[in-house]
This record gives sequence, C-alpha cells and structure tokens, in this order.
Amino acid sequence: MKIYVSRDSAAKAVGAERVVAALRAELAAQGVEAEIIRTGSRGMVWLEPLVEVDRGLGRMAYGPVAPGDVAGVLEGSAESLGLTEEIPFFARQTRLTFARCGVTDPLCLRDYEAHGGLAGLRRALAMSGDEIVAEVTASGLRGRGGAGFPTGIKWNTVRQAEAEQKYIVCNADEGDSGTFADRMIMEGDPFTLIEGMVIAGLGVGAGRGYVYLRSEYPDAIAVMNEAVALARAAGVLGADVLGSGRSFDMEIRSGAGAYVCGEETSLLNSLEGKRGVVRAKPPLPALEGFLGRPTVVNNVISLATVPVIFEKGAAFYAAFGLGRSKGTIPVQIAGNVARGGLFETAFGMPLGALVDEVAGGTASGRPVKAVQIGGPLGAYFGRDKFETPFGYEDFDGQGGLIGHAGLVVFDESADMLKMARFAMEFCAVESCGKCTPCRIGAVRGVETIDRIAGGDAAAVTVLSDLCEVMKDGSLCALGGFTPYPVLSALRGFPEDFAGVREAAE
Amino acid sequence: MHPQPSEEEIRPVVQAHLHLEGPLLPILHDLQARFGFIPEAATRVMAEALNLSVAEVIGVISFYHDFRKAPAGRHVLKLCRAEACQSVGSDALAASLLGKLGVDWHGTTPDGRITVEPVYCLGLCACGPALMLDGVGHGRVDAPGAIAILEEAGV
Repeated sequence: MKIYVSRDSAAKAVGAERVVAALRAELAAQGVEAEIIRTGSRGMVWLEPLVEVDRGLGRMAYGPVAPGDVAGVLEGSAESLGLTEEIPFFARQTRLTFARCGVTDPLCLRDYEAHGGLAGLRRALAMSGDEIVAEVTASGLRGRGGAGFPTGIKWNTVRQAEAEQKYIVCNADEGDSGTFADRMIMEGDPFTLIEGMVIAGLGVGAGRGYVYLRSEYPDAIAVMNEAVALARAAGVLGADVLGSGRSFDMEIRSGAGAYVCGEETSLLNSLEGKRGVVRAKPPLPALEGFLGRPTVVNNVISLATVPVIFEKGAAFYAAFGLGRSKGTIPVQIAGNVARGGLFETAFGMPLGALVDEVAGGTASGRPVKAVQIGGPLGAYFGRDKFETPFGYEDFDGQGGLIGHAGLVVFDESADMLKMARFAMEFCAVESCGKCTPCRIGAVRGVETIDRIAGGDAAAVTVLSDLCEVMKDGSLCALGGFTPYPVLSALRGFPEDFAGVREAAE
Repeated sequence: MHPQPSEEEIRPVVQAHLHLEGPLLPILHDLQARFGFIPEAATRVMAEALNLSVAEVIGVISFYHDFRKAPAGRHVLKLCRAEACQSVGSDALAASLLGKLGVDWHGTTPDGRITVEPVYCLGLCACGPALMLDGVGHGRVDAPGAIAILEEAGV
C-alpha cells in the first residue's frame, strides 16, 4: 500500500503534518506495512489535507482528512472521493506545466525523470542556441508574470547581445494576493524550474542563474535550495550539464518583504544588494540587467513551462489556447470560493465558467459580487463581465488584465469603496518612492476616497483625474496599475460609492 | 536597551558572503538570523567590506520590511491583510487578535511575548484567512482557532 500526502505549504497550513503523524501512528498500531510519499499539491486546496491511498488500483482520494479519520481511511471504510484523476475539478484540467505536481516526490530526481523530466533538456542540448530560441518563439509562450511579453523575443534579444557573462534571473517574488502558482510549482516540482532555467541558459548563452524568491515563502526556499543541491550532485547543474560539456549553475536568493521587487528592474537592483527601486527603461534588462549585463528575467511559470515545450514540441504547446494567448494558464482560484485551488487550463475559458462551475461559487453561499483578477493591481469584474474569455487581449479589452492569473472572489458583503481604498493604501505602503505619481498619488488616493466616503461628491472627479495621472505618469506597474482596481470598483459598483454619500446627507 | 554584538562577532558573518555577486541581502538575512536584528555596528562593517557609504547601507536596510533595527518579541505573528484573506473575513480576525493582545500593527506586547505584523500575502489564498507564526503558516483560521494556535506555541 502506498499513501500520498502533500507537503505543499497550503496542505501543511490546514493540518497535513498532523494527519501524517496520525497515519504513521495508526500504521504502527495495526502493524501494517505502507509507504507514505510526500508529494506536491494536486491543487485542490479545499480538499486539503488530501490523502491518496493506492492499494494497487490507482490513487483513491480522501479529503479533507482530520487526524481522527485516518483509521477509516486506512481500512477503506471512510467515504472516498474516488480516483483523484476523476474528481471533476481535476479531470477538466489540461495539466502541462503542473503535470507532475502532486503526483511525484518533488525531491526525487528519478521520479522526475520517470515522469518525463529532463527529456526537454536532453533535446535542447542537441540544438543550437538559435534553434532553442526559435522553439520557444514558435510555442507562443508569453510572460506568465503578468506582462504577457513573448518569451522568445526576450530570449532572442539576450541571445544577440555580446557579453562575457549573461544571466537567467527567475522572478519568484510572487506577491500578488490570490496567486500561489509559483509557490506550488517550486514546492511541488522544483526540478522543472531548474530544467527550464538550464534550457534558457543554453538558448541565450548564459552560464549563471538566480531565483529571486520572496521571504514569505520559507518552504519554497527550502525545497528549491535542496533541489539545486540535488541537481548539482546529479550533474544537471554545474560545469558539465548532463555530460554535454556545457555549463550552467544557479543560486536561490531570498527577497526581504518588498512587494515592488516583483517588478523586474526593482528585482535586479535588490539582487545586486541595492534598495529595490525601479529603474527607468531603456536600457532593457535584456541588454543591461543584473550587474549591467544581458539578463533574461522570466517568471517562475514561464520558465517552468519551458521543459514541457521541449519535451512535447512547440507545435504541441501552441495548439492549446485562444488567439495570441497560446498554451495553458494555471488559474489560481482564491478568496471566498467553494472550491479553491489551482486549475490549469488552455486559454479561452470564460471567467464565469471558472467562478460558477469550476469554483462552485462562493464558500459563504451568498451571490458573487466581484472577482479581482490579476492581484492587487488587477481590475474588479462584476457578473456583467463573466463572459470574458481568459486571455491577455480579451481581458485588456474589458479594462482589466490577467496578471499572474489569480482570481479572488468576493460575495455580496464586499464593500467596493473599502477595496478601492485598500488598493491605494497598499500602493502607498509598497511604493518604492522613485516616481511622484505613485509615491504621492497613492497617499492622496486614500485621502480622496475618504472624502468620497464622507459624502464629498466632487471628490469622485478628483479621484478619476488622479488615477489618469498615476496611469500615465508612473514608472512601473505598481503606480501605473493601481488605478485598475480603484476605477473598476468606482465604475462597476457606483452604488457602493453613492450609498455612503446618501447616508452622509 | 538590547545588547549589541561587537564588530568582532559581526565581521565573520559579513565576510562569509563576500564571494557572492550582490552579497548585501544575503549578509543582512544572515545577520538577522543570528542576532535577531541588524546591529548598528554592522552598518560600518558592511560599508567598509563592500566599499559603500554607511548612508547607502542604512538606505538598503530601511527599504525592506523584513529587516529590524531592534529585536522582535519572542514570537512573531504575521497576519495576512491582502484581498483574498479579506474576502473571507481577515479584517475581523485581525481586529479581534490585535484587541486581545492589546497591540497595534507592528506592535510588541509590553512583556516582549509577541510582535504582530501585517503581511501582504502568504500564498495561502485558497485557504484563508491565513497567518504565519514563527515561520509556520496556518490557513482557514478563525478567532478561536488563532487563539488555539498561539496557546499551543506557548504564547
């Protein structure tokens, strides 16, 4: 008998360690031989702690499991959810980037290889740098951090730059509320990120890589450090990558609690040991990045998707998706939802299907009022925008953005004026201070929303003006995109702004 | 006033990272892990070792939320204030906990037992409200649950 329990920090946060301890105690008491394998997360967070038991007929799921339930789970008398792969939330997905996550032991390289790992790297090692970049370009992969910039074009710029040393920097500063895809893949399948970074290094001619990982993710930092050490020991990293004579090595660096360091130029300054202030562009990081040298800065999911593109081919990957949004996107469903978790699917699924069907509406059972898509800089969409297909251009056309593809669902009790105020407050707390529209604008934004709440109708125009200035005049997305949640709340839910005004009169 | 480590204690910690590209953040993390805060004397040592001005080093330390100039309480509680946790009631949870502990955000109880800090996302957004106590995350936390977590940790 094999038993699988996730070691993902979301599973641990809801009691997975206690369940494992209870399982061990129960197995010992019954004198039953069983292997407990700690995997990454299947992404069905509402079922965590999820226990899967394989008695030779596939992995039967039980969840959420409390320590008191383990005897029933072991003897099979507890009610099972059936085979994990057949749970509708799981069965509806197209798992490419997350194919191994939740299935394998994240720190077992043999398990990784047995499930398709390193096949992409082996193929890339037989290709020229130009061919590698062309493959990524043909896949249609775009930056999964939020900007959606074509990854192949970025790589090509770095490839063509002349320099003694180039770098691959992985942006793992996943600070957006409602997003946890980076954390999940780093904790659940770290070798795929490492493999993706090695392929990127081979493609652009970079010999060193860094993962800038936020300090709020101590488990991910530990897993990544362990995985890098294992990969180095196995010759996946180092002076002679898989015996090819090519070299690539990498390090994990910890952030220090600054949200703005998720912005690529601010991240590079932080990695260099400076204040995490934003740099003006140009020069592009692709030409003058880390320590002034050509640097690929890619999000975790972009890099972690590279191995499957090389394993299965660019055409296979590009066949999924919608229009210019090719491939799959790991949608993270969070907040007030009945079924929260990570749902990887081809681009194109309507927002409403994700919220109502996949997530099953709210956890509170009350009607959905708003969904914030793309983190604290993303717009709030009401039900009137639920037809919008999940894609970069489609969301842009509706005055929003997909960002890092996190959905935060709110029920009807949400006060949208309060959410708009929070967006400005957050921007004020996290502003790097370099540009005035963000540094001062966010503070004035909080004050102006307070005036609206106090019944000052004229302040609505001031707020709209202020948002225009922040959008047009900020150096980076922090100041530039904070108007998305603010204006979408104001325009989509005017009653929350008017109601206060009437009450004050 | 808390005891300040000497330059002799600080210097080897700084030197251990000088071979890195961009060593300052790793140095600061290491100093804080060892001493619980960034000692004032360390700014001079770092400035000298990295050929920076003391002002530049202080500028870096003050930029980041993580680094402290003085030790925190014996336990550090980080409560998530971000949107996903707000959607499931984190504001009320925070108000209740801050009230019970008698501190405001960033505050430490007078007996030095615990420091409470806001955090903007722990990546536990599908199982909120979330908190982290001494580096260990907890999800689906309500007020009685939070009290139980604190009691179990001996707070």
